[in-house]
Parts: sequence; structure tokens; C-alpha cells
Amino acid sequence: MVKKIYFHSIFFSFLIIKEAFAAESGGMPQLNPEFWVSQIFWLILTFGIMYLVLSKLILPKISNNLESRKSQILENIEAAEKQREDSDAKLKEYDEIISKSKLEANSIFNQAREKALKDIGAKREVLDKQIDNEIAEAEKEIDVLRKNAPDKINKIAIETSSELLQKLIGAEVNNSSISAIVDDLSKRNGDKYYGN
Amino acid sequence: MAANPMSQFDVYRIGPEIKVGAFDISFTNASLFMILSTVSILLIFNLGSKKNSILPNKIQLLAELSYTFVSKMISDTAGSKAKPYFAFIFSLFMFVLFCNMFGMIPYTFTVTSHIIVTFVLAAFIFIGVTVIGFIKHGFGYLKLFVPSGVPAVLLPLIVVIEIISYLSRPISLSVRLFANMMAGHTMMKVFGGFVISLGIVGGWLPLSFSVALTGLEILVAFLQAYVFAILTCIYLNDALNLHH
Repeated sequence: MVKKIYFHSIFFSFLIIKEAFAAESGGMPQLNPEFWVSQIFWLILTFGIMYLVLSKLILPKISNNLESRKSQILENIEAAEKQREDSDAKLKEYDEIISKSKLEANSIFNQAREKALKDIGAKREVLDKQIDNEIAEAEKEIDVLRKNAPDKINKIAIETSSELLQKLIGAEVNNSSISAIVDDLSKRNGDKYYGN
Repeated sequence: MAANPMSQFDVYRIGPEIKVGAFDISFTNASLFMILSTVSILLIFNLGSKKNSILPNKIQLLAELSYTFVSKMISDTAGSKAKPYFAFIFSLFMFVLFCNMFGMIPYTFTVTSHIIVTFVLAAFIFIGVTVIGFIKHGFGYLKLFVPSGVPAVLLPLIVVIEIISYLSRPISLSVRLFANMMAGHTMMKVFGGFVISLGIVGGWLPLSFSVALTGLEILVAFLQAYVFAILTCIYLNDALNLHH
């Protein structure tokens, strides 16, 4: 839309320019050479001075400013990089220390465990020995008791049976004959009770 | 003065007539606006380059952004060999831009709307580029007119076309800028005239167009300065890096 109007109005303006051509003697002022030399002169003068001042004074300063800013930024980046590297190294060191101390802690733990296990083993051995001794003693006692047991039983049996006989039949029986019978019986039955 | 849309392009003498020999170099309104443009350029860029702070202030930022803009434009189109011509292209771009922009202020004179001004600039560029080309490549510069990979039958025709296109560079360069500025300003003047002639009842439509056109013309003012500078870079590129 705007474009259409633009071209339309250009067309219009050319119509008007034509009118202007007809109306005025000069037509387009651009084609009037009256001030051409003046325009060329002032153009060269102003543009030349501007060019000289810009190229000799101002543009080098701007490029200097840009350059110095760039280098400063680069320097800062470099410094930051360096600090990063430093911190990385520190981090590595720290990690190393940590892993080292972990290893140390592990070994200490292992040592302690071994020592504890050894202690426990030693104590167990001592205790085992003690228990073995006690068991052996108890067995010995049992053996003694077992060996003595038939004698005692025989004695009790003899005494009991003599008393029994006395009460039952009222006669005194010779202990030695009873003991012979008891011995005989116990020998026969002993195998049944203490079958070794 | 107001009635004729072309009268805004009138050049008139300010002060006395100055003559050097047969030439009239009087101070005119065109001279006034050339001086205004250059002085404002110098002022802005002087202020923008005075302090060198890491965090630039607004005017310094403006100067540095313009610097990097033009320097990027040159290095993109003409390569690193064009570095010595940076100051010239920068001045050229800024001069054309400021003259165009000053022309956008009502009741001002647009320096670049005069064919003689743009033609002198374009002719200077044309001659300069040609001289640079011959200095850099000697007569090898004429190879510019003989594109590689063209069949021998077509070569005479192509060479003629190339020579004509080369010679028409200053004309196209100058007429492009001049015609754009003149047409735009004429059109704005015409629409302004419509506003007056249609009065309070019908004048709103052309007024709104005028407002839109002002925006468009500001764009054109920048664009034409950019085109002028970038074409200079392209011509310079042809002269510096001869590969056609």
C-alpha cells in the first residue's frame, strides 16, 4: 500500500516537476550550474578537513580505545583463566589429600580389625584351652566316680540286703557270704548297667 | 517558495559573493549544511573518543559502534587489504549519512540531493579506485574487463559491456543517491502541499502519509549512505583483489 502510494506520488511529483519546468526558467535547481563550482569547492573543503581530522586525530583514538579495551578484556580473561587453573590445581590437591586420607583411614580400620580378630583368636584359644582342661578334669572326676560307683553300690547293696535279711528272717547273715553273692550279681549285671 | 516542491533544492548565496578568478565560490546554504554536517560529525566523534573507559558512555558507544560497523562492512566486502582506506570510507559514510539526516529536518537543505555533490564524490571514488587498481596490478588491472570462463566468441561483446558498466559506475553511484534524496524530499513536499490544499477536512490523510513517509525517508537516508559506502567498498575490492 505504502509502496503503491510511494510510486504514485513519485509519478505525481514528476508531473509537478514538469510543471515546474514549464513554470520556472531554471526547472530543477540541481541542473542550474550557477553554484556548481561553489558546491564543489565547499564540498572538497569541508570533506577534506573532516577526512583529515577524522583520519589523523579521531579514528586512531577510537581504534586505540577499542584495542586497549580488547586487550584489557583479554588480560582479564587470561587472569580469570589462570585463577581457574589455580583453583583446579588446588581442587586436585584437595582431592588427593581426601583420597589419601581415605586410604589411610581404610588401612587403619583394617589394622584395627586384624588386631581385634587376633585378640579375639588369642582369647578364644585361651578360653578353649581352659574349657578343654575343665572338660578333662570333669571327665576324670566322672571316671573316678564311675570307678568308685560299683564298689559303693555293692557296699550299699550288701548292707541293705543284710539288714533286709535280718528284718525278714530275723537271722544274722554273714556279711562275707552276702558280699560274695552281690559281687557275683553285680559282675553279672554290671555289664548291663555300665556296658563299657 | 512553499508552493513549488522543487524550491527546497534551491541554492542561494549567504553573505557576499566570493569570486576566485572566474569561479564563484560564494558561501551558500549548501555550504552551510556541509559545514554543519562535518562539524557535528567531528563533534560527536571527538566527544566519543575523548575518554577511554572500559564501560563506554552513550556517545562513546555511538562512536565505537559506528567505527566497528564501518570497519566490519569494509572487511566483509573488501578484505583486510582495504584497511588503509578505512578512514576515507568512514568519512564518506558519515558525511553522506549526516547530510541525508540533516535534510530530514524541516526547512533544511539536503546537500546530497544535488547531483553535482554526489557526482564529485562518485567521480573521486571512481578515479581513486582506478588509480589504486593500476598501481596495484599495472596493466593487469585491465583483466577486470575480461571475465574468466567466457567463451571466446562472446568475449568482444562481454568486454564492451564490462567497460561500459565500469565507466557508468560514477554515474550510477551519484544518480542513485541524488535521485533517492530528491524524489523523497519532493514527495514529502508534495504531500505537505496536499495537507495545506485539502485543509482541515481532507488534510488528515496526506498528513498521515507524510508521517509514514518521514519514517521511510529516514530509513532511505540511512540506506543510501550505507549503499554509497558499500558500493565504494565493492569497487575498492575490485581494485585491490583482482579476481573477476
